Amino acid sequence: MITLVTDRGEVELAGAEAAGEALWLRAEDAEAATGWTLKAEGPCRDGVCVPLPPGRAEAIVRGERLDVAGLWRHLGKPVARSTRGDVWVLGEAARERGAALRSLQAPDFALPDPAGRLHRLSDHRGKKVLLVTWASW
Amino acid sequence: MDSRPGDPLPWIEAARPTYPTLIDRDHRLAELYHMVNVPQAVWIDETGRIVRPAEPAGAYEGFRRMNRATREMPEEVARATAQAKHAYLDAVRDWVRRGPASPYAYDAGAADARLALPTEAVAEAHVLFRLGQALLRRGEQAEGDRWLAEASRRHPDSWCIWRQGAAVTELGLAARPDFWARVDALGDRRYYARINMPGMP
Repeated sequence: MITLVTDRGEVELAGAEAAGEALWLRAEDAEAATGWTLKAEGPCRDGVCVPLPPGRAEAIVRGERLDVAGLWRHLGKPVARSTRGDVWVLGEAARERGAALRSLQAPDFALPDPAGRLHRLSDHRGKKVLLVTWASW
Repeated sequence: MDSRPGDPLPWIEAARPTYPTLIDRDHRLAELYHMVNVPQAVWIDETGRIVRPAEPAGAYEGFRRMNRATREMPEEVARATAQAKHAYLDAVRDWVRRGPASPYAYDAGAADARLALPTEAVAEAHVLFRLGQALLRRGEQAEGDRWLAEASRRHPDSWCIWRQGAAVTELGLAARPDFWARVDALGDRRYYARINMPGMP
């Protein structure tokens, strides 16, 4: 069982396979976890497709399976995995984080309160929001 | 930004806040808003626009002048600390009342100019931090700690990452000798950046 952590959260994937620096997911699992789908044009997300050069395409796509870690590195996004290859994190590149901030639109998020209820920043549109961080440490 | 959801509960229960209090165990907000310490604040208007990007929430580093044995601060330092906090809260109230007319509200150009942006090393650090946290949750203490340490090395400016992984006192504060040594190593650099408001220390 492989645990995959993305911006969408944490998911356990029975059908995933780690092979060295590659993380092979079934296409539907890749889409659910990352939002990326496999099309004829290449991997696509939110209407944007990334054509892969012939050599790279074969390395990242095999039939209905996608090496999401390979895709991530191709996109210049950070990847981390546990030593055993049972926990993987697919992150966002600094370029994208920075671009989101430079848009000045406060990035949305969903986090639980102590009762486990999810709250989103977008729940509070129409009001001023003061977002303050603190910690017990 | 607490990784063990139980840790902040006594504080939340004592404060009885009327606003939502969220548990951000993987420091997602630090990653999204490029935050490096607590308390930090971001001001967001009714349309979702960032009016003031991440900055210390009225926090001042007077604590560095504290006597570490007696926890006493020189009077003028205690005054400056209190003044910074109250001035920040007054500024927030002014913005709440006056919106864009408040002198504390940045227009888009000023907000953009004040943005601090993450580097690739910072982006990597956040990924390593999340990996470490996931492993700690699975009971993989040694490997989890290693990834947290690596995350801190990639993003040394982040006190959130360092303190979340540090040993804590009986009160749960990451304020043991290693913390003070790291603070001292700042030298003239600030623990909390100076807040861009008139009169802030």
